[in-house]
Amino acid sequence: MVSKKVEFIVGLFVALGLAAILALSLKVADSGFSGNGTTYQLYAKFENIGGLKVRSPIKVGGVVIGRVSDISLDSEDFTPVVTLDIFEEYDNFSEATSVSILTSGLLGEQYLGLQPGFIDESLEILQPGDYIEDTKSALVLEELIGQFLFSQGSGD
Amino acid sequence: MESILRLGQSTVSVFSGLGRAVIMLMSALLHVPNFKKGYPLLVKQLYAVGSLSLIIIVVSGGFIGMVLALQGYTILVDYGAEASLGPMVALSLLRELGPVVAALLFAGRAGSSLTAEIGLMKATEQLSSMEMMAVDPLRRVIAPRFWAGFIAMPLLAAIFSMVGILGAHLVGVDWLGVDSGTFWSMMQSQVEFGKDIMNGMIKSVVFAFVVTWIAVYKGYDCEPTSEGISRATTSTVVQSSLLVLGLDFVLTALMFAR
Repeated sequence: MVSKKVEFIVGLFVALGLAAILALSLKVADSGFSGNGTTYQLYAKFENIGGLKVRSPIKVGGVVIGRVSDISLDSEDFTPVVTLDIFEEYDNFSEATSVSILTSGLLGEQYLGLQPGFIDESLEILQPGDYIEDTKSALVLEELIGQFLFSQGSGD
Repeated sequence: MESILRLGQSTVSVFSGLGRAVIMLMSALLHVPNFKKGYPLLVKQLYAVGSLSLIIIVVSGGFIGMVLALQGYTILVDYGAEASLGPMVALSLLRELGPVVAALLFAGRAGSSLTAEIGLMKATEQLSSMEMMAVDPLRRVIAPRFWAGFIAMPLLAAIFSMVGILGAHLVGVDWLGVDSGTFWSMMQSQVEFGKDIMNGMIKSVVFAFVVTWIAVYKGYDCEPTSEGISRATTSTVVQSSLLVLGLDFVLTALMFAR
């Protein structure tokens, strides 16, 4: 027969192990199981998405309101289509909302910056599944340098 | 002529050993479990294999986390990226060091003692006398030890990673002055539950299977002499360490390569 002390220590060990797994999934990887509540989808077409990735954050004034859930290429006009997963509580963006691809810091990762448009009677609120029309593409450094050099050359 | 002969002999012995190992595992595990009888045996082995390994796992996990933070900080601070210390430590512990180092420590601490114990049982003919009493030594001796190792190791690997991250927090945040909020929030945004934590757990489950299987088989199959036991113990540690490192590469290539 196993003594009570051994059983107690084994129970402690197993509890410690399970607590470690739980702590890893909750403290180290945030929101492992459930995600952050419900979301709805918006779409946006860009000319160039630069270094945007799936799971990149979507921010309004620095506050994260969602994540990029999918990036695909439109099969007809070959422009990238980005799917935006936005939390349900932020559902009041008007048609005049614009979205641009920004970079955090000089060399940081890229994220989507949303500029909420004004709300007016003539403008409709964006519904789930709508496309955001007003988009600004990512700054690609090589293109900028190319344009700069080109304008320098033509100036002479 | 002679060398070809030896090649054939060693090939045959390798494969027959593999076959014996599979047959042993099958006959030890494939039967209807008797919880009432098996539970006290399992608890006793969990104590020997799991609880007693806690100290070495916690201490080495803490020190590995601390040294990772120290090394990572000195490199990252050159690029002004010391905010990435948290994800760096967490990812390297969860994906690689947690499962692998815990498996190596487990092979040295628990695997060797499993082999020596079973080997001595065989040498002193305890296993044969069990058979005389119509007790199947595979079910009575091998199965609880195997299950104990299989259950204990993933838990030990999780404890190792968690203690390592706390050690890194101690060095990085409390001594070197990385901001505590950045440390955790960067970690939380970089570490994915499904990809990093689950794959690390899968790794440690695979390692647990391999290490305990080798340890139990080597003890059961050893030559019943004192020399044979010492050889079996040595080859348990050597073979399981090599297999863990090799399998780790294969698993990493399957899980994380793109």
